[in-house]
Amino acid sequence: MKDITRIIVVLTLTCVVCALFLALVSSVTAERIKDNATKNNNDAITALAPLAQRVEKTVVDSQTLYKLFDRQENLIGYAFLAQGQGYAGTIKIVAVLDSGLSTLEGIKVVESVETPGLGGRIVESFFDSQFKGLSVLPAIIALKDNPSKKNEIKTITGATISSRSVVAILNKRIETIRKALQ
Amino acid sequence: MNKIIKGLWAEHPIFRQLLGMCPTLAVTTTAVNGISMGCAVIFVLTFSSLVVSLIKKIVPNQVRIAVYTVIIATFVTVVDIVFKAYFPAISKSLGPYIPLIVVNCIILGRCEAFASKHDVKSSLIDALSMGLGFTWGLLVLSSIREVLGFGTIFGLTVMPKGYDPLVVMILPAGAFITLGFLVAIMAKLEKR
Repeated sequence: MKDITRIIVVLTLTCVVCALFLALVSSVTAERIKDNATKNNNDAITALAPLAQRVEKTVVDSQTLYKLFDRQENLIGYAFLAQGQGYAGTIKIVAVLDSGLSTLEGIKVVESVETPGLGGRIVESFFDSQFKGLSVLPAIIALKDNPSKKNEIKTITGATISSRSVVAILNKRIETIRKALQ
Repeated sequence: MNKIIKGLWAEHPIFRQLLGMCPTLAVTTTAVNGISMGCAVIFVLTFSSLVVSLIKKIVPNQVRIAVYTVIIATFVTVVDIVFKAYFPAISKSLGPYIPLIVVNCIILGRCEAFASKHDVKSSLIDALSMGLGFTWGLLVLSSIREVLGFGTIFGLTVMPKGYDPLVVMILPAGAFITLGFLVAIMAKLEKR
């Protein structure tokens, strides 16, 4: 009986102490992690649409859509955050569309847990630069060979699923945005 | 002195004990990933060994593994959170492999086999030695794979211009092949 009590006490104490410690670390860093994510998204939009001077927030299909205006207050495009299932987990992408909703100004994968060195490479510039100036009418197509048409991109060797997921996530979100705005 | 050398060579965690194969094979696609994983493991291993060694007398034998696991998981979560807050880029590229340090058998193995039976000082030395051994192992493996698979090292191009990267070296098969050769070389060196 004495043994049982000791086991329960030690195990409970261990868990309580560890939980308190984690709560402390988390409370110290939570703000910073959130800031990182926001800053990351804003940086991505700025990098993709350098001409944008003013950003206006709207909501499309319960998700945020940012209208981008240049110095002369002309609408130059739309920025949005798209997310969906990748190979290993959720992929979050910031993308900028031109004002006609037909061409991508560029994309940036801001969050993913794809396999490091394989699917994880969707964040690298050799992959995402393919989306700069890519036509999204008709929908984007991912190919294993070198693309020949305006709406085609090449998948990453060894990470076909991750590459295709990025394309599928973008296509889906662009479709909803287009439907909502037209 | 012998205690320090132990983890670096004679009882090297990767090449001699073949422990921690999951991160060894999975994250060693680039040298930066290898080093980051090594540092994370050194941190978790050192602090887990320290705590386990400190509380070894009060933990009942029946639940020791459960207690060690909770302690290890706590330090791994700390690493994960700190990387997310202060090194978002590394956190992104290592992805799920940071949380997976929890199941890295080097850590539980050293806590169970060493820290729970020795005093704090020897446990710390053992943890550092094993951690550093693990790190240099990852560094060698990841450097070979990065040079052959991408033609770069730490992101800098080292192979001549016409070099066609051996994609297989980045894929899991390349990890197994490289590891096999390295284990064989270490065994040969040890035999002499």
